[in-house]
Amino acid sequence: MTAASTQKLAVEEIRKDFPILSTTARGRPLVYLDNAATTLKPKSVVEAVQRHLLLGASNVHRGVHYLSEKATADFEASREKVRSFINAREKAEIIFTAGTTAGINLVAHSYGSLLKAGDEIIISAMEHHSNIVPWQMLCERQGLTLRVVPVNDRGELDLTALEQLINQKTRLVAIVAVSNALGTINPIKHIIDLAHSHDVPVLLDAAQAVAHIPLDVQTLDVDFLVFSSHKLFGPTGLGVLYGRRELLDRMPPFLGGGDMIRSVTFAKTTYAELPAKFEAGTPHIAGVIGLGAAIDYVNHVGLAAIAAAEDELLHYGKRCLSEIPGLRMIGTAEHKTSIFGFVLDDIHPHDIGTLLDQEGIAIRAGHHCTQPLMDRFGVPATARASLAFYNTKSEIDSLVQAILKVQRLFA
Amino acid sequence: MTSQVDLYQQVILDHNKKPRNFKKLESHTHAAEGFNPLCGDHLWVYLQIAKSPDGADVIHEAAFEGSGCAICKASASMMTMALKGQSPGTAKTLFSEFQSLLKGELNPDTEAHSLGKLKIFSGIWQYPARVKCAALAWHALNGALSNQQTVSTE
Repeated sequence: MTAASTQKLAVEEIRKDFPILSTTARGRPLVYLDNAATTLKPKSVVEAVQRHLLLGASNVHRGVHYLSEKATADFEASREKVRSFINAREKAEIIFTAGTTAGINLVAHSYGSLLKAGDEIIISAMEHHSNIVPWQMLCERQGLTLRVVPVNDRGELDLTALEQLINQKTRLVAIVAVSNALGTINPIKHIIDLAHSHDVPVLLDAAQAVAHIPLDVQTLDVDFLVFSSHKLFGPTGLGVLYGRRELLDRMPPFLGGGDMIRSVTFAKTTYAELPAKFEAGTPHIAGVIGLGAAIDYVNHVGLAAIAAAEDELLHYGKRCLSEIPGLRMIGTAEHKTSIFGFVLDDIHPHDIGTLLDQEGIAIRAGHHCTQPLMDRFGVPATARASLAFYNTKSEIDSLVQAILKVQRLFA
Repeated sequence: MTSQVDLYQQVILDHNKKPRNFKKLESHTHAAEGFNPLCGDHLWVYLQIAKSPDGADVIHEAAFEGSGCAICKASASMMTMALKGQSPGTAKTLFSEFQSLLKGELNPDTEAHSLGKLKIFSGIWQYPARVKCAALAWHALNGALSNQQTVSTE
């Protein structure tokens, strides 16, 4: 196996790594265009999880026996893979969580506990509910104010407004790197530099970005970055919080329990060093090992090659879909990933979703956990086809034909 | 492969396109709002209930307005047609029979029912995510009859 960072992807070969792509749905060949909801899992990920569960199951960081030491080594090897993947300075800055949502909640509680009434948090109008609600809850608990950066008609952030919103009271900018509903790639480096020029730290919600664009936390100089394993071809129920050590050291633990302590007496408990301080309880060991295999897989294919293949799908899809009369794209940012949010005249997205499903095509229809964004665009919901590097132009053709069929049915 | 029921039959498409009794009933005596926050389906059901010459309550008019998917609108439209001239008691019976139908607990071809054309929704239990679309107007009806102003099927 050789890394193929610049050469064109052999997509037919790659599709063999994902057995689900050869299955049928509703009696039709499956066309999986719901990658923004979750990405598919290559065989190597499933095999790594299976190997651990069948032959290596053991707890980590505790036992002195062979299996426990092996599981701990595998678990920590995955942490190193994550560190290297996002280029963190040290492994201690990689915290395993239950997912992006859990990571944001951790920061909202722990970093949030250092904030006081009158302080302000800035988010944007294109955030997923998981990067809205934890901050609203923090504001409610501690009397903070939430500020929202608006979005223009193309689905791009209003950076001038962001600049105006940052002030002496701002304590954090929490912003999505790639919008799950629109596909917009935000100018994250610019946002981070802008916030830092006011000494404000930045949390990046990288859930939708991590499988599609390279993220280097040192180059970005980002303070917190969160993502989910399952949107990076790994198992569900697992996520990563990267935090800058100076911040993580200052923050109190979030969940208390086993593994996060140094010593416990009824009089006083002292806490473990990073990353254990934020990892109470037995972690998702099999998931972490699976995530390690997923990162190996992505590195083998090459994130640059993945991005290039998806860009080609984006341009082809954009052209094909724009030729459909009565189709309105929601999310037309200049810089975007291969996510197509759209509505059709007089046809509700849920009807589109069910009818495409009958053709074996899996898309998402709904508000995509971005209700304020749907309100912004004046729609109750959108249909969303989201593509990954293993999708093909012929699958986009199938999507187009199926949409035309839906329109004929409703004509 | 399981045999699939065609959800989008002509009757449903027709009611979606030309919903019957699609208006605000100014003279209503009962009304309720139905809202599915998760999918955005949002409608209002209005009833005008009056005494008939023999002194019994009768639904003289039934109407709805709002927005939703085809399943939601067709179900609401057909519901208003089925309700006209019925007693509130019969409307409640229809509500519970329709609920059973949506859950796949009532086989309209072998079991007694008074659903008439509404049996067209019988296959929807195969699409669990869409059951609430068909149910929304009916929950609003039930809310209106029970003097409950807002309902949700989420």
